[in-house]
Amino acid sequence: MGAAHDDGTRATGHHSEVTLTVNGTPHTLHLDHRRVLLDVLREDLGLTGSKKGCDHGQCGACTALVDGRRVNSCLLLAVTLDGCEVITVEGLTDGAGEPHPLQRAFLDRDAFQCGYCTPGQICSAVGVLAEAEAGHPSHVTDPATAPGRPVALDAAEIRERLSGNLCRCGAYPRIVEAVEDVI
Amino acid sequence: MTGTGSALGVPAERREGRQKVTGGARYAAEHPLPGRVHAWPVPAGVARGRVTAVHTEAALDLPGALAVLTHDNAPRITEPDDPTLAVLQTPGVPHRGWPVALVVARTPEEARAAAEAVRVEYAVEEHDVRLTADHPEAYEPEKANAGFPARREWGDPDGAFASAPVRVDVSYHVPPLHNHPMEPHTSTAHWDGDRLVVYTSSQGGTAVRAVLTALFELPEDRVTVVADHVGGGFGSKGTPRPDVVLAVMAARETGRPVTVALPRRHLPSVVGHRAPTLHRLRLAADTGGRLTALTHEVVTHTSRIKEFVEQAAVPARVMYATPASRTLHRAVRLDVPSPSWMRAPGESPGMYALESAMDELAGALGMDPVDLRVLNEPEREPDSGKPFSSRHLTECLREGARRFGWDRRDPRPRARGEGPLLLGTGVAAATYPVLVGPSRAEARALPDGSFVVRVNATDIGTGARTVLAQVAADALGVPLERVRSEIGDSDLPSAPLAGGSSGTASWGWSVHRACTELADQLGSRTGPLPDEGITAHADTAGLADADSPYARHAFGAHFAEVAVDTVTGEVRVRRMLGVFAAGRILNARTARSQFIGGMTMGLGMALTEGSTMDAAFGDFTEADLASYHVPAHADVPAIEAHWIDEEDAHLNPMGSKGIGEIGNVGSAAAIGNAVHHATGVRFRELPLTPDKVLAGLARPVTSGRGG
Amino acid sequence: MKPFGYLRAGTVREAAEALAEHPGARCLGGGTNLVDLMKLGVERPGLLVDVSRLPLDTVEELPDGSVRVGATVRNSDLAAHPLVRDRYPVLSQALLAGASGQLRNAATTGGNLLQRTRCPHFQDLSKPCNKRTPGTGCAAREGTHRDHAVLGHSEQCVATHPSDMAVALAALDARVELDDGRTTRDLPADRFHRLPGDHPERDTEIRPGELVTGVVLPAATASLPSAYRKARDRASYAFALASVAAVLRTSEDGTVVHVGLAFGALAHKPWRAERAEAALRGGPATEDAFARAVERELEAARPLRDNGYKVPLARNLAVDVLTRLATARNRTGTTEEDS
Repeated sequence: MGAAHDDGTRATGHHSEVTLTVNGTPHTLHLDHRRVLLDVLREDLGLTGSKKGCDHGQCGACTALVDGRRVNSCLLLAVTLDGCEVITVEGLTDGAGEPHPLQRAFLDRDAFQCGYCTPGQICSAVGVLAEAEAGHPSHVTDPATAPGRPVALDAAEIRERLSGNLCRCGAYPRIVEAVEDVI
Repeated sequence: MTGTGSALGVPAERREGRQKVTGGARYAAEHPLPGRVHAWPVPAGVARGRVTAVHTEAALDLPGALAVLTHDNAPRITEPDDPTLAVLQTPGVPHRGWPVALVVARTPEEARAAAEAVRVEYAVEEHDVRLTADHPEAYEPEKANAGFPARREWGDPDGAFASAPVRVDVSYHVPPLHNHPMEPHTSTAHWDGDRLVVYTSSQGGTAVRAVLTALFELPEDRVTVVADHVGGGFGSKGTPRPDVVLAVMAARETGRPVTVALPRRHLPSVVGHRAPTLHRLRLAADTGGRLTALTHEVVTHTSRIKEFVEQAAVPARVMYATPASRTLHRAVRLDVPSPSWMRAPGESPGMYALESAMDELAGALGMDPVDLRVLNEPEREPDSGKPFSSRHLTECLREGARRFGWDRRDPRPRARGEGPLLLGTGVAAATYPVLVGPSRAEARALPDGSFVVRVNATDIGTGARTVLAQVAADALGVPLERVRSEIGDSDLPSAPLAGGSSGTASWGWSVHRACTELADQLGSRTGPLPDEGITAHADTAGLADADSPYARHAFGAHFAEVAVDTVTGEVRVRRMLGVFAAGRILNARTARSQFIGGMTMGLGMALTEGSTMDAAFGDFTEADLASYHVPAHADVPAIEAHWIDEEDAHLNPMGSKGIGEIGNVGSAAAIGNAVHHATGVRFRELPLTPDKVLAGLARPVTSGRGG
Repeated sequence: MKPFGYLRAGTVREAAEALAEHPGARCLGGGTNLVDLMKLGVERPGLLVDVSRLPLDTVEELPDGSVRVGATVRNSDLAAHPLVRDRYPVLSQALLAGASGQLRNAATTGGNLLQRTRCPHFQDLSKPCNKRTPGTGCAAREGTHRDHAVLGHSEQCVATHPSDMAVALAALDARVELDDGRTTRDLPADRFHRLPGDHPERDTEIRPGELVTGVVLPAATASLPSAYRKARDRASYAFALASVAAVLRTSEDGTVVHVGLAFGALAHKPWRAERAEAALRGGPATEDAFARAVERELEAARPLRDNGYKVPLARNLAVDVLTRLATARNRTGTTEEDS
């Protein structure tokens, strides 16, 4: 498993072998330590659904799910993710290639225009639904809400929770409707 | 005029939608090409001067580095019409951020690291980047952007103003704004023998091909430009930008496919921006509210290498009846990045200022601002004297007022509150010209009963594939699902860009013509079609660009409600509603998205977006998406967009006007007017961020009386 | 970004030893700021010591009632933790006011404390910056500085600390635990970050070879009356123009028993409003008293050419939050009497 081990073996060089499971398929890759997950997906695995909008965690277009949590894949060094499970927008369709309900809802609501932020919006929304179910509050959640209970997602909650995903085409109102459709 | 009408106007789903939501749609950096490498530009670190040395050894020693292009060794290109494309040709540095080198390496990481290792020495000169209304070097250009005369004048505006009983004399300031499409400007260039194939993020591939053939002295048939999916543009990809020139140079130099994906932080200085505009508006009216004079004077900046004058005073030539008017533009050449098109150039900042001033005039008159606008409706276009092909501004205002509940509004400023919040509502009008250009198209009938239309249109998010199939199905009189459209490739029939809200009209016209011709051929034919089908061609040159005896514009009305927090000065929009009269709406679904998108960008202009030209260093301080605040989800409430059915026989065969920009025009003014209504304070400098608003709230409340 | 070695530390000691051995090494938590700065060339570590998988990922109540937060607890998990939501609302609110859901899922407690300023000149290698390259000058003094410090800045540096979380920790009297592999020590949260003085390159009091292992929140058996409020240019996903964290306990007669007040985005560190606290302690919990005390604190402000707005903004935020806390207490009191 290369230079980086859970027991803390020293990395000798600037590359390591890393195993990632992406959309259910394990990949073992010899990677430059500088390579972030986003570039692994786009350059090494040909999964270009995750987009590079800013490369600095400022737009959300690269959002993917790592071990079930939504993250900015542009800021995650792939070497740190050895053994992790990654889901991208390409991995949300079911086995028969049918769109995920959120993908369907985005189509139904015309919740995008240029489409460049769309995979990130969808992956982020998948994460939002799980976080709300797990009782994670947001900036707009009533502080009196009991901890640990699922948080009901109204439009204000959806907007706040999706605010890490910028859309320059201004599809926001339709995106909120699309997320509301699958709740 | 049209065919069956069955396909036009229906809310057809985007044809590329499924690809976009599943991650399958490929953008300019995403086409698999064996051996593809990556390039990273090195931006100039001074605001004005000359490169005296570029030290590339350290960069070239790094692993993966393949080449460093500088003005010393980069391929020479024919001098471009657009000086911003003349990259790596001379040692001159016209502004901070100008590309002074390009590093090519195997991977993006290696390219970035090598770019960081390039050391550049400069002979630095004093710079001036500070725009002021009385800048000593301000001049009156011959033309403003888009060919409009810089100055128009009729009547005696100064005399009429001086003698008017009601006057408003106010100044507004719109800061530099950045387009920031979500996909940064990206090009991948690939030499296949002596053929050049370019995948680029552009609003118009035909123009990119024309520029590349000129710059690199190539015959047209050896250049293919593909712009299959484009991650937004908003004007900043309307013409080729340096990324495509750099990519072609690097591919030629290295013999490999090269991708130049501009780093987000490079965009503000490289791809154009909306120039800051300083506005002075003088409105004079009689006591009944009829305008007697309208003066709109604009000062803006342009760069040392390119004259681009934001045509912000132009909408005042269209909007209101007045016996005396002066509209003029002045520009200052500064050591700033070259400004360029941004969604609704001219109209967007110009209508912010004009519609804010109209609101101030309504306050000065004690008149309802909807009524004031209706009262000053012109019978003909004020500047040209031409009749309007259609103008339904009054209907938009009235319909919007009805839907918004305007009649329940207490006109007094600062009359509504909720605890520490002040609430207010505002209205503004919108206008955008109808633009259309000549295009070619081809329509083919196949033996299986299906049809293909081919045109080098570009889908920057408007849904061009879908709406062109609708136009074709309508003209052919066949079901929509039997028509396929091919776009986004310069080997297709040539077409103008997706810009100026002209794309659908221009492409659609030629598609309509080709399909009409094809339908005629089919009608006069018996027996089965040959295997390759039969094809009809169209070219609307001389037709689409013919002078019209009519003044052709879309119009609209915006209504907004805001809450202003008196503790923090934070302004949030509670609701927005727009009503538009833009000819025939060809796809209700995608049209709504475009209107809402334009309104959202106006919200950003009003409240969150602003760029600062750093006088000391000559760069835009807000260079990334963390500091340049494009509105986020939480900023954008429910937005309603409506339209009225507008029949206009003087446009094009579809009867459509453009819809990509009008949603943006006037929306910032509606929000600003709502902030005045909420607070009683008139803010005249955008964006309305807490620093400005809090300071304003500390000032005494104005009565709303101007003049 | 220059090439670097990578070490996934298995223990704190191993991490500390690696840091001590390699002066150019940096600890990597969630990476949301460090990787960003490495891409910009601002941070140029030769070795990354990945501490994100150290067993410091729990929030636990200690026998004395205090709550210990491990350094690798993710910001989103900390904000959602029942102990934090129940007892330290100000901390949960501060975390949720920062960044985005994605960033909070990655960012760690330790990393949040150690994040660096978002001064645009610091991020731009073509500009002078004493924090990035000591002795080169400060671009923000002459250049743009709307978002910069009004308190405690120096000739050398006018940057602000961008954290929301750290402001809450300062108001809460939390302590920051440090470990160099041999010994541990802790510092009050409001002494962990520094003012720039003549050494703006040093953001904190952390010593070479030390790492942050956790944060301890003082014992609170019930919900601390506390709140966080932040003003920003857009409604979400933006750094503060100014923010305030406040803890306020009052007696039944409306006297201030305890107050913790800290400002964000005003200084090189979370600004503990000690003068205001002293002025309020033992006095009436009224809006007037809050205003007087806060204004006294802000007398020390020295705004730059273009950021004077921060002073009234901070004042309003603090008075608003304190008044709400006082009012909420009164309401609670009334309810108890009624029932």
